[in-house]
Amino acid sequence: MTVFAFYLFAISAITGGLFTVLSRQPVHSVLWLILAFLSSAGLFILLGAEFIAMLLVIVYVGAVMVLFLFVVMMLDVDFAAMKADMARYMPLGLLFGLIILMQFVMAFGAWDANAAAEGLRAQVTPTDMHNTQALGMILYDEYWLLFQLSGLILLVAMIGAIVLTMRHRTGIKRQDAITQMMRDPAKAMELKDVKPGQGL
Amino acid sequence: MAEFLTTPLGIGIYIVAQILLLVVPLLVALAFLMYADRKIWAAVQMRRGPNVVGFFGLMQSFADFLKYIVKEVVIPAGADRAVFLMAPLVSLVMALVAWAVIPFNETMVISNINVAILYVFAVSSLEVYGVIMGGWASNSKYPFLGALRSAAQMISYEVSIGLIIIGVILTTGSMNFGDIVNAQKGDYGMLNWYWLPHFPMMILFFISALAETNRPPFDLPEAESELVAGYQVEYSSTPFLLYMIGELVAVVLMCALVALLFLGGWLSPIPGLPDGMLWMFAKMGFVFFFFSMIKAITPRYRYDQLMRLGWKVFLPFSLGWVVFVAFAAKFDWFWGAYARWSVGGG
Repeated sequence: MTVFAFYLFAISAITGGLFTVLSRQPVHSVLWLILAFLSSAGLFILLGAEFIAMLLVIVYVGAVMVLFLFVVMMLDVDFAAMKADMARYMPLGLLFGLIILMQFVMAFGAWDANAAAEGLRAQVTPTDMHNTQALGMILYDEYWLLFQLSGLILLVAMIGAIVLTMRHRTGIKRQDAITQMMRDPAKAMELKDVKPGQGL
Repeated sequence: MAEFLTTPLGIGIYIVAQILLLVVPLLVALAFLMYADRKIWAAVQMRRGPNVVGFFGLMQSFADFLKYIVKEVVIPAGADRAVFLMAPLVSLVMALVAWAVIPFNETMVISNINVAILYVFAVSSLEVYGVIMGGWASNSKYPFLGALRSAAQMISYEVSIGLIIIGVILTTGSMNFGDIVNAQKGDYGMLNWYWLPHFPMMILFFISALAETNRPPFDLPEAESELVAGYQVEYSSTPFLLYMIGELVAVVLMCALVALLFLGGWLSPIPGLPDGMLWMFAKMGFVFFFFSMIKAITPRYRYDQLMRLGWKVFLPFSLGWVVFVAFAAKFDWFWGAYARWSVGGG
């Protein structure tokens, strides 16, 4: 059962990744990428890391990819020009790909895993608690400083994005919710009792 | 028989049977909830509502169902066919798969997982894809505008839903629905439930749920007066029906979530009465009644009001609430109402 699930997720992850690259329509690429993310979340669940799997779905698929899709849908891409460029850069891309593949083959071909390391790999979290709890312990007890620092970095990035995109245009009409809510209904409208057949 | 159920094929058949046992009654119940929705709406407006098909119009939803499936499926010429037909399916499937972890009593749940609440949150955050894909694949202006609105709206309100859920998780110490409901158990019946300590958050969750499921007053993705019908403009026949069912399943899911998180799930409101599945259904029906009433009595929000409410009111408020709950749980304020860890994780 687990093996079947593994191959299902693995094949759909690879298919998703492959079609992300091969698809001609950018929106289709994003949709295939979403499939790849979902499949890798499934692989995480098979590893017993259900918290990471859920975070992957919530953060990457539920938020990041939605914004990505949002942007890609709005783009006006010239496919003819893209294809012309493709032929030009193809040899260079193939060369780099080949080099990276060679490096991987050499690295993993010569890699002799230590028996002690194998034992460590099997037992990631203590058996007496969920991995959510174990992650929380590690994150907030041991690495709290790094955790706070990463939060600070994200805060800086967020402020930067707001500063870069905020514009104060003058001379346009704006809706001000507070003043709209504070209006006196008696001054804003008048109620009339209309008799049937008579009108105002 | 018992041995057969331990083989892979047996397990597969067993799970499929469980899924059918959940989905079929859910869809039948949905037909009557749709009818209830229309009847309540009609009653508020002093109309009769559906009253022709069957006794008191009870078969109206089934008549509508037949009408939808025998009509012709129209696909616009410029549409992206595959994505166009996939979008309503995504909408329906994402709404249905979330039910896998929703328990109806102590034992009746298809999958009792540790991170159940995160799973529901993750799946409901995927529902937006049905709307975006449909809007984009239609290759038409109004659907596209509806899809863009919906993407912004659903992401905005997901943030506050997430923060509200964190408050509940902090109080329980677990993400499992069973633990969350059991932590609400006590000698005082309904006074032990989370609606009391988390009262403002229940209201916020309910309003965010309205926005998340595109129900009025937040039905901006399909605002008739501005966008014709938003992302559904180009849909007809069965794909349209799938969108409708998906939307309603998501609404009922939100009712179940409110019942589980704040109203004690299957626990009995009065001490002494037995707990059971019927309480869960009664609570879901109660929340659904409010969903319908709000549809009937509130006017649609303006888009900038919606965004302001989500980001400038709900987000700071729910974030502040998480901080408050964290302090209250840690230092045991209010006679331990916020720290009920003995039942959950610990």
